[in-house]
Amino acid sequence: MEAIRTKIDVAGQERLAEAERETVFEARDVSVFYGGQRAVDKVNIDIYQRLVTAIIGPSGCGKSTFIRTLNRMTDLVPSARLTGELRYRGIDLYGPKVDPVEVRRRIGMVFQKPNPFPKSIYDNVAYGLRILGMKKDLDQRVEKTLRAAALWDEVKDRLKDSALGLSGGQQQRLCIARAIAVEPEVILLDEPASALDPIATSAIEDLMHELKRDYTIVIVTHNMQQAARVADMTAFFGLNVTPEGSREGILVEYDKTEKIFTNPSDSRTEGYVTGRFG
Amino acid sequence: MAEPAFSLRTSGRLRRRQLVNRLMGALALGAALLAVAVLAIVVISVASRGASALNLAFFTQNEAQGFNPTGGGIRFAIVGTGVIVGIATLMALPLGVMIAIFLSDLASPRLARITRLALDVTNGIPTIVVGIFVYTMVVAAHGQSALAGSLALAIIMMPLIARSSEEVLLLVPNSQREASLALGVSRWRTTFSVVIPSAMGGILTGTTLAIARAAGETAPLLFLTSLGTNATADSNPLHPLQSMTLAIFKYSELADAGFQAKAWATAFTLMCFVLVTSLGAKMAMARYRKKLGG
Repeated sequence: MEAIRTKIDVAGQERLAEAERETVFEARDVSVFYGGQRAVDKVNIDIYQRLVTAIIGPSGCGKSTFIRTLNRMTDLVPSARLTGELRYRGIDLYGPKVDPVEVRRRIGMVFQKPNPFPKSIYDNVAYGLRILGMKKDLDQRVEKTLRAAALWDEVKDRLKDSALGLSGGQQQRLCIARAIAVEPEVILLDEPASALDPIATSAIEDLMHELKRDYTIVIVTHNMQQAARVADMTAFFGLNVTPEGSREGILVEYDKTEKIFTNPSDSRTEGYVTGRFG
Repeated sequence: MAEPAFSLRTSGRLRRRQLVNRLMGALALGAALLAVAVLAIVVISVASRGASALNLAFFTQNEAQGFNPTGGGIRFAIVGTGVIVGIATLMALPLGVMIAIFLSDLASPRLARITRLALDVTNGIPTIVVGIFVYTMVVAAHGQSALAGSLALAIIMMPLIARSSEEVLLLVPNSQREASLALGVSRWRTTFSVVIPSAMGGILTGTTLAIARAAGETAPLLFLTSLGTNATADSNPLHPLQSMTLAIFKYSELADAGFQAKAWATAFTLMCFVLVTSLGAKMAMARYRKKLGG
């Protein structure tokens, strides 16, 4: 426990208290099913504005499934179904008149494996801007975005080169740039650094500290140190094996990151963060 | 050290098994060589028989008037084939690609299975049947025209383009679609701005293969485009136009050796076109797959 405690970044903690009241997502008894199989069972969580919220937990606990419900990426899986209530700034995300395209426009997402388009660096960032009609001052927007993603200095001389020529870490920062270019309100990151080396990971983490000034960030990670370094709030998802033998993800504990890593209320959380299982 | 109680050398039954093994290997190799040999013999015999008629004028001149076995060329047939196949491509390509998009990105698995089956059955229809169909639908009322031939060829090309395009659309990683959708881009915009450009190389390759196939078709054009008419130096698709396959058919029916040589020379020209386009397309496809996979 001592070793982990010393690594914790508590810089964000004062801001935490004042911002705590602004809720962005409210999940009430949210369960997700794939066909008849329940993947996530009755999650209740409030996610707050301009904080980094980390979702940690062992493999198969439904972390990725849950984060994908937040911008309706789960809609792309035909068999997926959601029950319970998920509100975004008070609006039912799965309400009858909600357009998932508009949801994703406001709630951007970065994926586990860097997935730049096979286009130029410039066009990757400009893609969303052009299609969503944000074409005014395109060059300035692209530059501003690349600067915000801490990538500008590395790519400014080769904007017309293919994005596929960048390193994995640069590609991932480009994907983050692409996501923030269209000025979303929330950025969801699904294990954004799991395919990257430690140096590239560190660059992404630094970037998240910058970005949380303007954005609400939710990050799924199974790297606990990463959660401890970047997150203000941490949700620990665990696995529940039902009597029938199927495995479901449940939210075990959700609290300030410092609390989760130093003084968790649930013994399962403590077991996970101290490395006794998971 | 004591001698081991067993031997690792060949003996008895194993020897027989090895013999059978070699024999089967040799048979398979023989079959493969035969396939290559057939191609080589066809190419060489067609080339040697057509050689006497092959010269620059053969490609650049129109058919000589009257009974003239040695003069004139097949420009009319090359132009006709170009027009007929070109229009067929313009009809089949957009349709085929739309079907492919439906199959890869939109249809439910069940509907996709049914559509795929329909395409494969269409692909299996004997081409002469397609010809008869177009004859009764179009030619019986409006007479022969290049356009009728294009329609028949488009019916033949459409399933080929649809299936090959579907295959490359499925090769485009889902992560590319997700990246676009996660930006709040609608589904069809994602398809047209991300998926199609990524798959473009493969779609064009599949189309080229379909073109090569269509250019070599004779049966569907038999009574649609020009047979029995005096179509010569023309390129209006609403008129009857000659084509290379029908020129081969016509010339080979004539008794004079000069015409026979022309039939061979035309066959050689067509064969070269088909070989070069299919080989080129296959090579481009292999390169493209590697690029998309890597």
